[in-house]
Formats: sequence, structure tokens, C-alpha cells
Amino acid sequence: MATAPRFWRQNPSRYNLIGIKCNSCGKNYFPPRAICPVCHRKSVGKIEPLKFKGEGAIFSFSEVHEGIDEKATLKPYLVAMVELDEGPKITGQVIDCDACDLKIGARVRTVLRKLSEEGSAGVIHYGYKFVPVRDKKE
Amino acid sequence: MEVGIVSYGAYVPRYRIKPEEIGRVWGTDGIAMGKGLMIFSKSVPGPDEDTITISVEAARNMMRRVDVDPKDIGAIYVGSESHPYAVKPSGTIVAEAIEASPELTVADFEFACKAGTAAIQTCMGLVGSGMMKYGVAIGADTSQGAPGDALEYSASAGGAAHMIGAEKIIARIDHTYSYTTDTPDFWRREGQMYPSHGGRFTGEPAYFKHIVSCARGLMKKAGTTPDDYAHAVFHQPNGKFPTRVAKQMGFTEAQGKLGLIVPHIGNTYSGAVPLGLAAILDEAKPGDRIFAIAYGSGAGSDGFDMTVTDEISTFKRDRAPTVKEQIANPKYLDYATYAKFRGKITLGRG
Repeated sequence: MATAPRFWRQNPSRYNLIGIKCNSCGKNYFPPRAICPVCHRKSVGKIEPLKFKGEGAIFSFSEVHEGIDEKATLKPYLVAMVELDEGPKITGQVIDCDACDLKIGARVRTVLRKLSEEGSAGVIHYGYKFVPVRDKKE
Repeated sequence: MEVGIVSYGAYVPRYRIKPEEIGRVWGTDGIAMGKGLMIFSKSVPGPDEDTITISVEAARNMMRRVDVDPKDIGAIYVGSESHPYAVKPSGTIVAEAIEASPELTVADFEFACKAGTAAIQTCMGLVGSGMMKYGVAIGADTSQGAPGDALEYSASAGGAAHMIGAEKIIARIDHTYSYTTDTPDFWRREGQMYPSHGGRFTGEPAYFKHIVSCARGLMKKAGTTPDDYAHAVFHQPNGKFPTRVAKQMGFTEAQGKLGLIVPHIGNTYSGAVPLGLAAILDEAKPGDRIFAIAYGSGAGSDGFDMTVTDEISTFKRDRAPTVKEQIANPKYLDYATYAKFRGKITLGRG
């Protein structure tokens, strides 16, 4: 199944963490939505795009040993729920580290990596993953 | 119009493998190999890294250091010999990832290991002619050596991005000069996974002839001698070649110290001189003159004579990690994991 257009539509959020801010209640959401789940109709016309900085803290994480086929070369891999500094909690893979390097509350930031490939001849999908923050510059 | 580097950013993957580990698998003396090549570890991209992700991280580090509106970038050129797609540009993804799209021109460059510096020259022309405010030149690679081949001890991954402009220049490019011939020292045919090379033919008639000719031509054009430069960086397929060519040209070890990163991370191909230059800019002071000579097999050399300006004193270097900081955080792999990461193992599925 050709998934290129479906992924392509999500490129702004996958590459640059573009979510939304609801100017009715002031809450931020990721991924972007057309309507605020709290304000419903009151949010119409009050939603604006918001670029998240891509920094946050690990809310929870898990090491995956029986994952999806396309991540076979990455097993075991780490998946975390990250609470972004702007509020939303998002899920993503944590890379370039081992489970023992992580703990709840640890600071992470996003980087761009390959998410998946549609076989050796298909489109490559890119998007955010998380890496631990080693110091203030990284 | 004066043009030069306005900002720069580097990226080196975290994983490394040592030559003794490669030698252990192939029955060769890896320690001796490492000593001969002056390479003591090489960087390895993670399984989810490629030239595009490396280019994006380098470009984002470049953007962190300046308050430039990405919409003012008129061109992005990515130089590499390991573009993930044969047809579909790497640069479009970089442009989207730094929010420079859609009003700009993008193209991928290939000239073995000097595609990144060819991109710098192209950006110089576009900015110098007033066609655009900024151009971004990236050199990045995830190079491969065939298993057991001598190249496997050096072929590594990394890249750097340089923003070329005419305002707030941190390093003015005073002169550039190129020397190009048809020399088949190293190549990769379409569809081949690994490159081929001419063994010792890659030395004297290729690397040394082109680097020396380019260096001499550049110094003649600039009216300089090696003593005029604070720093010198040469293409570094291993540690031995640039050290030898620097000595041959009359440069001292001290002049080459900052830019010689190959002993720690291996040969980053198109990333080599752009990364060496970034390592110099990480520590350069106003007034420092920089001499940079890239080499690409096939074959050609691009040379740059640059002067670091006072602007570097207020430039926000510490907004992004330096090359040294990225080199200092290795995670070593064994050969089996390295082979898995680099796709050297045939998997029994589509």
C-alpha cells in the first residue's frame, strides 16, 4: 500500500513538531487537531499552529523486545512518553542510549531520524525521535 | 562583494568501531592497520541514520548559532556520495526540516569527497552576485567499505553545514581555487553497494597531485605562504595523507592540529573538510587565517583562503555542540553489531 501521501501530509509535525495552540483555553496539543477537545465549538477560529521546541522530560518509558518488523535491526529499542515543556505528552523512540541510561524525569530532545522504509525500493519516512540531553548545549 | 561563512554546524554519529575489532574478524592486525592509517576509531551511523538525517542535524546546529530567518536562505546544496535516494533530492528534506521551504533552490551534489566544498563555491557565486542573501552548503556521508577491504577501516559517517552570506561573516573567504583532472582513482558504479579503488594509485597521482597543485595554485592567487596561516585543513581519508601533504607543503603540525579529526572518527568523505573546518571555527580567533583544501576522487581539489573576522567574538558558538564535544561521547560497537547497523547482513525477508 502506498503510504507516501499519508506520511507526506504529516511532514510538518513529524519534522518540526508543529502542533496547535487553542486560544480559547490556552492549551497546546500535539499532533495538530482541527478542534480543541476541551473547548469543542468554542475553539473554532481560535486554533493556531504552534512549533514545539522539542525538549521535555521522560514521563514513562519501556524497552521493547518483541517489536514491529521494520524495527528488527533496532531491537531491543526504547519507547518513551515524553512530556514536552509546552505541555503535551507525546510518544517516541529514544535512541543512541541504553535503558540503563534513562530514568523517569530525564531530559530529552528531538532529533530527525528514519522512522521506516517502504522496502528497499520504496519511500523513506523521516521524523522525530528522542535523544537524552547530555548538557545544556545538546 | 565580500562573502564568507555566516554560521556553521556539525554532526557526528555517536557510535564508533575500533580498527582492532575489524581486524579481529578479518584475520588482520587491526592495531597495526590503525597505526598505519592513523585512525584509532571510526564513526558508525545508527541504523536509522543516513546522509539526510546527518545533514539535517548539521543544518539545525548551524541555524541554532544565528538568528537568521530560514526564509532568507535562497539555496541548499547537499554534497554526498551516499544520498539515500538515487532519484529524489536529500536537500528538499533538509529544507523542510529547517523551515526554509518553499522559496529556494535545492540540488544534490556529487564529487566523491569534495561535493561539500563544491557546494560552498556555488553558494559563494550566488551570494556574491546578489542573487540571494544566504546559501547553505552541506557535506555529509555515510560511506561504506566492502567487508574486509582496507576501506572498511576508514569509511565512516558525519557531516557539516556552512551558511554562506555577505553580512555578519565570521570567516571571510578571500580566495578560492580548484584543480580538476580526469583521474580514475576511486569510483562506484550505479547500483553497486561498495566503491572500488585503485589501491596505491589513490596516493601520488590522485590525492597528493591534486592537493599539492590546488594548494600551490591557491597560495599563488592569494600571494601567501604557509606561514601566513594559523590553521590548515586538508582532505583526510586517513591521518597519514593529510599529515604528509601538510609537511610536504611546509605547514607545521600545530597549524593542522585543530582540523585533523580523522584519527578519532575516520574518513567522513564529503563531510571531511567541512567538519575539519567546523572544528577550526569552534576555536578560531579574530584575524586567524585558514587554509582549506578538499579532495574528491575522480579527481579534483577545491581550495579556500579564509580570514576569521571580529564577528566571531559575538557569534553564538555555544548554542550548538562543537565537533570536539561530539567526538568525546563515543559508544563502541563490536563488529557484529556494526555489520547489522550498516546493512552488511542479508536478512531473510523482503
